[in-house]
Order: sequence, then structure tokens, then C-alpha cells
Amino acid sequence: MLTALFYVGPAVLFLLVYQVYPALQTVYLSFLDRRSESFVGLENYKYVFTSQTMLRAFKNNLLWLVLFTAGTVGLGLLFAILVDRVKYERIAKSIIFMPMAISFVGAGVVWKFIYAYKPSGAEQIGLLNQIMVVLGFEPKGWLLESPINNLALIVVGLWIWTGYCMVILSAAYKGIPKELMEAGQVDGANDWQVFRHIIIPEMRPALTMVTTTMLVNVLKIFDIIYVMTNGNYGTEVIANRMFKEMFQFANTGRASAIAVVLFVMIIPIMYANIRQKLKGEG
Amino acid sequence: MTRQKLKAKMPQIVINVVVIVAMLLWIVPTLGLLITSFRPASDVVYSGWWTVLTSPLKFTQYTVENYKAVLSSGGMSTAFRNSFIITVGGTVIPVFLASLAAFGLSKLHFRGRGLFYALIVFMLVVPTQMTFIPVLRLYNKLSLSGTFVGLWLVHTGYGLPFSIFMLHTFFQGLPDELFEAAYIDGASVWTSFFRLAIPLSVPALASLVIFQFLFVWNDLLVALIYLGGHESVAPLTVRLSSLVGSFGQDWHLLTAAAFVSMVVPIVVFFSLQQYFVRGLLGGAVKG
Repeated sequence: MLTALFYVGPAVLFLLVYQVYPALQTVYLSFLDRRSESFVGLENYKYVFTSQTMLRAFKNNLLWLVLFTAGTVGLGLLFAILVDRVKYERIAKSIIFMPMAISFVGAGVVWKFIYAYKPSGAEQIGLLNQIMVVLGFEPKGWLLESPINNLALIVVGLWIWTGYCMVILSAAYKGIPKELMEAGQVDGANDWQVFRHIIIPEMRPALTMVTTTMLVNVLKIFDIIYVMTNGNYGTEVIANRMFKEMFQFANTGRASAIAVVLFVMIIPIMYANIRQKLKGEG
Repeated sequence: MTRQKLKAKMPQIVINVVVIVAMLLWIVPTLGLLITSFRPASDVVYSGWWTVLTSPLKFTQYTVENYKAVLSSGGMSTAFRNSFIITVGGTVIPVFLASLAAFGLSKLHFRGRGLFYALIVFMLVVPTQMTFIPVLRLYNKLSLSGTFVGLWLVHTGYGLPFSIFMLHTFFQGLPDELFEAAYIDGASVWTSFFRLAIPLSVPALASLVIFQFLFVWNDLLVALIYLGGHESVAPLTVRLSSLVGSFGQDWHLLTAAAFVSMVVPIVVFFSLQQYFVRGLLGGAVKG
């Protein structure tokens, strides 16, 4: 028993101090006022679910949830299958996967520069507006105009995370027994039918894994927003709002309530994710 | 055989075009940043970086002034050092503790083992946001906020669940007979951990180290929360994000600063990519 304590004890101690205790404490704080002095009941939750700012954040997170998840998983799957059929597979994968290695802050700067805006007539230094001008359109303030700025931010998210989905889905794709696909074709199935009835079902575990991982990412999305717009011009998201409540407005009660709501939203997704992982383990 | 047939059905040319366009979309943004970081400030504001492509070998149009500027007055060299200190501690401690715990949970028999493992897996669900306020209060009381030690410990606390989960999966795969044989030969538990389990799991450990290294190096949120506004201990990510605010449109400086923050992860990524990928796949897809 003492031996076991030596091995497992330190980790458990860390988890108690950094996860279990603070998580419980945060639930408690979410029922107290901004300075954690008096009990305010559900007041903070009322703010979370009814204030304009939070509703805006929820709406944006929902937009992210749909477009980002569909985009990363869809493109990841497409690339996973396509790169398998080109000779330069390794290099193609490396390039698409590379953004995962750099920080979101770095990626934020990379894309802020792509979106850089100068009034029409001036020489554009942002690539996207240069393309707009060449094609005969007016340059746009991509990060300033709502709702296009939300899409612009989501594109950055896609650029970062698609590679992750591709790598995991590519491994799963290569794991599909060749005979299975051959058999399908011998039976006269076309590409689409093979994809729909053989590839997709065979890849279901991996697809569940990446989809749930992307869903959790999206709910916690913070860095991109913080660096590129700081939630201004109608781009606020839940995690950034919590940060603001915590530091800018020093409202512990509201920040805690936002964290709890985030947690509750993540639970079912992580449950599916972990169940999938444990299945893979067994 | 299969691939030949599929090829015949979907024109190879279409596949090539899609893949090459994707590669361009993924590489051009970073390339633009890199080129801009070597252009003089006066050029950067007046013309797009793509203009250098008309005569890319005219070396007089490049300069390293931007890098000199951000490394001295931009504070990027201190930030680089800080990132390094934070990342080394924030990687070594959790990986070491996780290997101890994963070994205990998979190879030692004791009461409550299943319960401990369940607790650790459950912690994967808790978003770090749930812990910020109480931990920060604790840190303020103990004067740990704004210190490297504080950040090492917090990265350990946050990194452990995933690290234990991943190594546990790996240790489970090592045959029990191996360890029983070692015990019969008189090996202590420590010997079997240190001389048997650890050497056998070098690939898994390498993946985990790279994973955690990149994670901590690239972290912004945790550093923002626990380092407060202390410039002297701020890592590259925090420094860079505050430069975005203060340099605003000074793209020549911003791009150089961004590239300074990206150099280490890019080198790590390209030299150790296979381990990184294996880390991602750990537990995700088997077979």
C-alpha cells in the first residue's frame, strides 16, 4: 500500500489541488456576488442566460460549433482520403498539419496579416484584400464587419485544426482492410457507394473521436478571438467573456457561473469522447 | 489493386489539383509572414509581400533589422528565455509524475486502484476554466502567481490527466509476466519501474514529451491567468499578444516577433513529427 502511495500519491495530490477542489469551489462561487461576499442565488446564471453579451457569445459559439466542426472534420476526411492517392503524401500531410505545431497566437498574427485592410485606392498589404481588388471588388474590413468577421475567425480555426483531423482520420483510413473495399468494387459499387457504405462505417470510431474533440475545442475557443478581435465587433465567445468577467470586470460570481455552464455543456461530449477512447484501449 | 481501380474512377488530375491547392492554402499564409518579417518597414507599409516574388533573389530588399528590433526593445529575447524555462519545467514534472502514476495504476495491485483511475479519467472532462479562480486565489495567498514555479505546478496539474491516460494505455500493453519474472529475480518495484517499464516505453514517453512541450510552449491562457501582468516572466505567447495591441499596424515588427515565437515549435515539429503523430494517435485509433 505504501509503495502504491509513492507511485500514485503525487499525481492524486496534484489532481485534488488543481482540479477537484477548485472545480467544487467554482460551483460554490457561482452562487455568490462579484466579491464572493454574499449569496445571490441564481443571479449570476440569470446574467449568463439573459444578458445581451452572453446571448451574443452563445450565438457565436453555436456558429463556431456548426461551421468549425463540420469544416475541420469534413476537410480532414477529404484530405485523409485524397493524400492517400498522391505520391507526395508525406509532404502534403506535413504542410497541412504544421499549423498545429505553432501557437494560436502565432496563427492569429499570420491571419491578421492576411486580413489586413487599407481603404480602397491605397495599396493593399493584406493578401485577401489584394485578391479582392484584383478581382474588381472593394477591399473589406474582414475583422471589423459583422457577421463576416465571425467567418473570418472560423477560417483561422479551420486552418489550425484540419491537419489534426486529417492525421487521425488518415491513420484510420489506412487501417481499413483492403479486401473490404475491393469486395465492394467487385460487387459493382461506385466510389460514392464504397465511401458511404464501407469507408464511413469502418471509420466511425475515429470520426467520433475527432468530432467530439473538435466540439470540445470549439466550446473552449479563446486564443484566436483574444488575439484577433478580443470579442469586439460582435465576435464575443463564451471563454473570452469569462476571461473578461474575471480580469476586466473583476466579477468572480459571473465568471464562475460562465465556467460552470461551459463545464455542463462539455460533459456529454467528453463522455462520448472518453467512451470511444476506452473502447479503443480494450 | 484497390487504389488502381479507384484511380481509374476518380480522375487523378482532380485529386492532384485539390491536394496542391490545399497545400498552397496551408503554406502561403506562413510564407507571407516569413517574407514580411525580412522586409524593411518602409516597404512593408507600401506594398504587399508578394511583390518580392517578381525578383526574389534581389537580396538588397531583405533586412534583419526587424529581428534586431524585436529581440532588443520588443522584449522578445527575455520572453524567449521565459518560454524555455516555463516549458522545460512544465514538461519534465508532469511527464515524470504521470509515468509514476500510470505505472502504479497499471502494474501494482492495491485497493482503490480502479477508483483512482476513474477519478483521473473523469478529470479529462473538467475544463481548465473551472479551476482558474480558486487556484488563482490560492496562488495569491501563497505568492505563487507571477512565478515560474507556480506555472510549472499548474501545468503539471492540468497536464496530468491526459498524460496518465496516455501512458496507462501504453503500460497496460506491457506483459505482466515480464514484471513477475523481474520480481522473482529479486528486482524491487523501483527497479522494475526504472529499468524495465521506462526503457520499454521510450517511444510513448517521447511522444508525450513532445506533445506536452508544444502544448506548454504554445499556451497563452494559462500564462495570462497566472503570470498576471508581470512582463519579466511573460512567455512568448503573452508577449506577442500584447505586441499585437501595442504595435498594432507595425507589421514589420509583428511578423518578426511572431516568427521568433514559431521557430522552436516548427523545428521540433519537422524533426520529430513521427513521435508527435504517434502521440496524437495514442489511444485514439488502434489497429
